[in-house]
Amino acid sequence: MNSATPTADAPLLEMQGIQKSFPGVHALSGVDLVLQKGEVLALLGENGAGKSTLIKILAGAHRADRGMMRISGDPVTLASPAAAISAGVGVIYQEFNLVPGLSSWENIFLGREEGSLFVRRTAERKRASEIFEQIGARIPIDAPCGQLSIAQQQMVEIAKALSQEVRIMVMDEPSAALTPQEVDKLFAVINRLRDRGIGIIYISHRLDEIARIADRVMVLRDGKYVADRLISDVTRSTMIEWMVGRTIDDEFPKRSVSIGDTRLQLKKLRREPSVRDVTLEIARGEIIGVTGLVGAGRTELARLVFGADPMEGGEVWLDGRRLKLHSPGDAIRAGICLLTEDRKHQGLVLGLSASANFALPNLAMLSTLGWVRHRQERDRFRHYVDTLKIRLSSPDQLAGHLSGGNQQKLVLSKWLEQNSEVIIFDEPTRGVDVGGKYEIYTLMNELARQGKAIMMISSELPEVLGMSDRIIVMHEGRITGTVDNVGDATQETLMDLAVG
Amino acid sequence: MSNESSLRSRLFADYGMFFVLAVLASLFSFLTYKEQHPTGSDAGRQVAEIVEESREGPLHVMIVARGTAEDREFTSAAREGLASNGVTVVAVVNGEPRDVRLEVERLSEDGQSVDLIVANDVASRWTVYDRIPELKMTPRVTPRPYYGADFLKSSNLIGVANQTAIYAIIAIGMTMVIVTAGIDLSVGSLVALAAVSSALFIRESGGVDASSAVVIAGVIGGILLCCLLGAFNGVMVTVFQLPPFIVTLAMMMMASGLAFRLSSGRSIAELPESFFALGGGRLMGVPNPVWLMVGLYVVGHILMSRTVLGRYIYAIGGNEEAARLSGVPVKRTLLAVYTVCGALAGLGGVVLASQLEAGDPKFGDKYELHVIAAVVVGGTSLMGGQGKVLGTLIGAFIIAVIKNGMNLTNVDPFNQKIVLGGVLLLGVLIDTMKRRPEILTRLFSQRG
Repeated sequence: MNSATPTADAPLLEMQGIQKSFPGVHALSGVDLVLQKGEVLALLGENGAGKSTLIKILAGAHRADRGMMRISGDPVTLASPAAAISAGVGVIYQEFNLVPGLSSWENIFLGREEGSLFVRRTAERKRASEIFEQIGARIPIDAPCGQLSIAQQQMVEIAKALSQEVRIMVMDEPSAALTPQEVDKLFAVINRLRDRGIGIIYISHRLDEIARIADRVMVLRDGKYVADRLISDVTRSTMIEWMVGRTIDDEFPKRSVSIGDTRLQLKKLRREPSVRDVTLEIARGEIIGVTGLVGAGRTELARLVFGADPMEGGEVWLDGRRLKLHSPGDAIRAGICLLTEDRKHQGLVLGLSASANFALPNLAMLSTLGWVRHRQERDRFRHYVDTLKIRLSSPDQLAGHLSGGNQQKLVLSKWLEQNSEVIIFDEPTRGVDVGGKYEIYTLMNELARQGKAIMMISSELPEVLGMSDRIIVMHEGRITGTVDNVGDATQETLMDLAVG
Repeated sequence: MSNESSLRSRLFADYGMFFVLAVLASLFSFLTYKEQHPTGSDAGRQVAEIVEESREGPLHVMIVARGTAEDREFTSAAREGLASNGVTVVAVVNGEPRDVRLEVERLSEDGQSVDLIVANDVASRWTVYDRIPELKMTPRVTPRPYYGADFLKSSNLIGVANQTAIYAIIAIGMTMVIVTAGIDLSVGSLVALAAVSSALFIRESGGVDASSAVVIAGVIGGILLCCLLGAFNGVMVTVFQLPPFIVTLAMMMMASGLAFRLSSGRSIAELPESFFALGGGRLMGVPNPVWLMVGLYVVGHILMSRTVLGRYIYAIGGNEEAARLSGVPVKRTLLAVYTVCGALAGLGGVVLASQLEAGDPKFGDKYELHVIAAVVVGGTSLMGGQGKVLGTLIGAFIIAVIKNGMNLTNVDPFNQKIVLGGVLLLGVLIDTMKRRPEILTRLFSQRG
């Protein structure tokens, strides 16, 4: 414990008393973490609990203020990402670091090309295909990475880490953008890595997945260590309790709303190849769940309804009026809003202040003759800061400096102020912690009670089943199934429809 | 308390370059601090008082100075002051030493003697007096010298502002374009085109005798033409989604070619006096272009910080897709921005033609680079989404003050270019380090 003698049975990774603070925030206060060889450790915690900070310290992107790290018993200081890689730590981030125009093997060896002047192409290509074979991934090896699916790109990232001889692999929300089958394949790969003695730190909000893949679970809350148990010794509800710090009775709040007359009608909406003749109606107070595999055309459908992409055919009707949608501006004026799945790239202008982001779609109401009414903007925003419990230091704080959950709430606030009649949520709870999810569900129920028509696109089947009045399943741009009686549906029936 | 300090730190962060400007101004004030000789009408009045203080009876005075406008102000003020005190001014010379000799010869023919010579500093140092027997013993009175900085003389400061005004005016539009993450390389050529086209119009509609209506039409026409070409840039960028760099590079070539074609490569100088008032005139002692610059900066600052359009510009530069999905009319906004940039370049061109009293296709050469430099030194990021109009004004003045300071301290022009390039680099470096301090820490921690 106290001496740094390397021994054969020392844990693969030990982090002790890790402390890190940023101006005004204690991100981590004395966190310990132990990872054994061939172990999958699930790291749990709400947004802002300190998971990312801990991982960034391990990856050499941040330096701890205090604390020490040992790898196989040897003390290490990971001063840079390069140092972390050479110490055997590989991190698969949610956003991949691949050059889209280069093939998988070129990406794998990028920056470490063999040969001094000319690249030894055949050797690299062969080595890459060996790695893919080892982990059981089938990748078109010469295709540019930009053409690969998210799951395939993830495999390239994993192969890249393996080619660097990593012994510790961190995966940050690896299943977030994957379909259930792809998740199964990912788990098969993780099992192979585990068999090779690689230690894996697995970060996810999906508790059912953690129960399937992890050996042990460790929970952080507010930058502090909460608990650390074998997965066989914990239940789903105790994990939630540890994360949230209180008991949650029901993941999905109840709602009792009488569904009224039809509000939104989509008639044979078409944009090849991703949306093909989609016809759909949503009524007053109704929440429609739209699910399907990645690439089924759900997001593309939402973008058509929102005027973000041009339609090739079909009509959108709202309250018996046909809408002409040439731009998102048209849709917003007509009373339709879209909460995109990708907050950072599509939802917010990170370099603008929180209140300016809030005001962006609402400037028509918050201005007179092109003049922004600052005080009114502030007052309206403060109202949402209070009701949605958005945590920020001031309305002038940059949107990019907010945590993920608060960013999602900020996106919500700007569309709530619009008071739109049709609200499309695209993956509303992706990357949001348990407590935050509950708040978003409650809000959706409230909107339904106000008589809005709500479309909820989601890959998380428990969420679709728990929240929807009706479920639409899409496959390759078409609606392949409609579930009217949600109470009788199961994840299996939805999956069955989703695979076409 | 904490609010106040955060305000102060924000001011520092936003306008940190202001302190750089203040430091530069102090530096050049220090370097150019030396004995100064008053000039102009103030000096004339002062010298009349000096004469009055020591006068004991009637005096016959001769006033001497060079022929420049400033020296003429000196002589006329001195003559007025002396005459009102009852002193007889027998002769006034505005010219060269030779003129003094001629004047004295004329006076002696009339039998008129000179008791006292009043001269400004330069004229009093002429050696001609010693070579004229009649003046050998005549005492000379000059305005009292004082200590001060060349840099801080009001004539110098007004000159700096006047020389910066056109760059600074164009830089407002460039700031808007760069905040949207675009660039406009065509502004220099638009300056030339506006100068040539309005001069050509005025020449063809009357030339030197053109009416003021023609002049106004020519000025507005030149600006409108550039406004249109700016809009053309905007259409290419928005409707056809071409990269701004390429679109405006092409416009830079085409507009310059058009300017040369219209003028057949020659300067157009057959213009009426009324045209020169725009750039050459003064209001309350301050040149018109400086007033124009101040007014436009007030408008530009308000536009960017208080209006919906300004909000849209920042949003597009920060994240175009998020802005579009928030209902921001991206194309209309960008179109407006490129149009305004073109119009301001046109305005700059017309003012320049008026200042230099001609329209020449060689005007505006490399203006785009100077203007971009001012914007960047002023803290606007070429990545878009960030930057302030007032920062650009400070950036333009930093460059102007450095140029002026180097001229005053006799730095050779070749070295001046090297220094200016270094300043541009330093400005961007400081700004980047402020935004991303981790670069510095990493640099030093790796050494350590």
